[in-house]
Amino acid sequence: MSKTDLTRRSVLRTGAVAGAGLALPTIFTSGASAFTNEPMGGTVTLGFNVPQSGAYADEGADELRAYQLAVEHLNGEGDGGMLNTFSSKVLEGNGIMGKKVEYVTGDTQTKSDAARASAKSMIEKDGAVMITGGSSSGVAVAVQGLCQEAGVIFMAGLTHSNDTTGKDKKANGFRHFFNAYMSGAALAPVLAARYGADRKAYHLTADYTWGWTQEESIAAATEALGWQTVNKVRTPLGAGDFSSYITPVLQTDADVLILNHYGGDMVNSLTNAVQFGLREKMVNGKNFEIVVPLFSRLMARGAGENIKGILGSTNWHWSLTDAGSQAFVKSFGTKYGFPPSQAAHTCYVQTLLYADAVARAGSFNPCAVVEALEGFEFDGLGNGPTLYRAEDHQCFKDVLVVRGKENPTSEFDLLEVVEVTPAAQVTYAPDHPMFAGGALGACNAG
Amino acid sequence: MFGLNKKDTSFLLIVIALTMATPILLQPFAEGSELAQFNGGYPDLMQKIAIFGIFAVGFNILFGLTGYLSFGHAAFLGIGSYAAVWMMKLLTMNVIPAILLAMIVSGLFAAAIGYVSLRRSGIYFSILTLAFAQMSYKMAYSVLTPLTNGETGLQLALDDPRILDGAAEGSSLPVTNIFGIAMNSSYKLEALGRVFTFNVGYYFCAFIAILAFYVAIRLFRSPFGMMLRAVKSNQQRMTYTGLDPKPYTLAAFVISGMYAGLAGGLLAAMDPLAGADRMLWTASGEVVIMTILGGAGTLMGPVLGAGVIKYLENIFSKINEGVLHDWFSFLPDGVENVVIWVFARFTGEGWHLTLGVTFMLVVTFLPGGLIEGLRRLSKRVKHGSQKRDKYDDPDPEHRPEPGKRVAGE
Repeated sequence: MSKTDLTRRSVLRTGAVAGAGLALPTIFTSGASAFTNEPMGGTVTLGFNVPQSGAYADEGADELRAYQLAVEHLNGEGDGGMLNTFSSKVLEGNGIMGKKVEYVTGDTQTKSDAARASAKSMIEKDGAVMITGGSSSGVAVAVQGLCQEAGVIFMAGLTHSNDTTGKDKKANGFRHFFNAYMSGAALAPVLAARYGADRKAYHLTADYTWGWTQEESIAAATEALGWQTVNKVRTPLGAGDFSSYITPVLQTDADVLILNHYGGDMVNSLTNAVQFGLREKMVNGKNFEIVVPLFSRLMARGAGENIKGILGSTNWHWSLTDAGSQAFVKSFGTKYGFPPSQAAHTCYVQTLLYADAVARAGSFNPCAVVEALEGFEFDGLGNGPTLYRAEDHQCFKDVLVVRGKENPTSEFDLLEVVEVTPAAQVTYAPDHPMFAGGALGACNAG
Repeated sequence: MFGLNKKDTSFLLIVIALTMATPILLQPFAEGSELAQFNGGYPDLMQKIAIFGIFAVGFNILFGLTGYLSFGHAAFLGIGSYAAVWMMKLLTMNVIPAILLAMIVSGLFAAAIGYVSLRRSGIYFSILTLAFAQMSYKMAYSVLTPLTNGETGLQLALDDPRILDGAAEGSSLPVTNIFGIAMNSSYKLEALGRVFTFNVGYYFCAFIAILAFYVAIRLFRSPFGMMLRAVKSNQQRMTYTGLDPKPYTLAAFVISGMYAGLAGGLLAAMDPLAGADRMLWTASGEVVIMTILGGAGTLMGPVLGAGVIKYLENIFSKINEGVLHDWFSFLPDGVENVVIWVFARFTGEGWHLTLGVTFMLVVTFLPGGLIEGLRRLSKRVKHGSQKRDKYDDPDPEHRPEPGKRVAGE
């Protein structure tokens, strides 16, 4: 059955044939459209790439609801939501430039690889002209890189790492959500005012780009106010049980625990911390405090009782009373029966901003969209006057400092806004050391 | 031809023809029709099928021939990807050096891990390989962050040196290429209401896959392959005849590790990013499932398994509730919701359930994998449905004949 003449000659011959094959000139050329996935028919396809499984699945589900709502509003169905309060008035509820908006969805699994594969198939198979979503900065950075290469626009969803618009910024990528530096800048003064300037902080940090930059930002902001940082411990994403990380906290003289966790991880680590009695503890004659720099209502619901009195920052909260927020909460509530989360808000806004930029530019060409978004100033989308800075494609707007409510009136009324930090206080130079080391590059239209 | 007998040559030619025609074969439904959802002829999926085909063929050299079940093969895939991306960062965007380095580095790792793991066999071997793979994953995820960029994954940057490519022209990232031909360029042909995409990256992968497949055929048919089969059937007997199985198994382990590295390198060549998730134990399990689903120990089986799994993963995971609504909108509301609820469990993020059910059915009714199913089918077509007695078993591998009695027993 075996026939074996694997001689030196035959190997060489095979190698030569292989080499000749590789050296053959190609007859294949790129397609002839002006840019990647130029919408030709009466519809335009957007790709919603959100985590449907993993530690951030709750956020992902809420993001998807917001996207569906945004598509409805763009197509002129429903009550129009924030389209009515948006300062730019070019969107008419007839899709985007008369093309009906359709969408495809994908599961990022909160993994860079899976997210990229999913985004890739949206671009290659479904012809998506814009990708948006993500509930993890690692994923956002990876997908943003892919979109840059493929020549489509990436509108980042919930991503809070400095790197998304810092070290890893890309010309085709835009972020509406705030970032870790802004959290630090907004939170630190409130912390100092409430807990004093003489505190010792212990960090537990999710071990990826977001955790690292948030730890760095918060530590820098609090140390500037006189706090000491006792220890910084990295925990794996989706660890499930954090008790082994909480016990060592008790051995130190730290009197503040900073949880740089998000989603299901934060719910678990906070629950563990409370179970270990950290909140009743007295250290150095001071009450032990827990801080969660990035807060969301979904996490607050998951953590239940434990969240009461805990300080954090958030991008947006449904209890805001401006016209934009109210319009959004109303149409979201009518459709789904409960108020939206900050993840839902930022995703909804990003979709509107993209559609608006296309309409203002008069083209789906990514380079035209980039031009329309850069330096764009708008209002009426729930965060007050906002600027999309041209240098790094980051939005600058007010940041909310929130606290877990002591006496919630409903299962959604879990956070109260302590302070609205004005945009000026959280603005930084584009070449700030925490954001240095990257370049936008040129926009890529494919 | 090429040192193959007639049967293998025609087999190889069929495989080549199928691979070349994949962009057409996977695009059977007209654009815009209801069934267009099931078209799989887009570059990313086709590349994945070819690449994971290579991965599974390599895994099969170890598992199918020697019977050593490695549960850590994804580690080599990941190592290959990292090596390839580093090559693209430091040397050139041409994929050839990247792929070569990927194979060399994963081969070295395989030699080291294999040397230790192969001291044990059976379940202990599986556990050892699993442990090594998880160690590699954890290291890539946290300890080796400067080398691997942790959870975010290793990516290209504008300011990478890329010595051979010279100064970067323009301010956008370069794309992977082979001697200047970009991997992501493709030629779209519109015909018969369908859009066929002929992608450079896919044909590159396909070419490498055919080479890898050819090497595997030669291995299967060689005396070396015979020795590996001997390891599987009875290692003790082999030792008694004076043969040391260790060098053979180690060689098989390294070869299959290099196949995995090659696949990893190709993944990076198609999409220059290397993430630690690639080394996770689920990824190792996936290649085991691919091989068994297709048919372990057969040549074509693993490729078939890889194709089926990647197709399910990419196509079924995209059928969300909105799509289901479109399909079943003709049903009355109440019934529609029930039907959609049931289908939604098996599609979208529930595609794993579909995979699980398929896997269970195949393992129960076709222990030889999908290949056995095809074989039975062709037999049925050729000979009609004859009644078979219980000794006429088509799959002797899984139910071996009782051994011949030895004198003096």
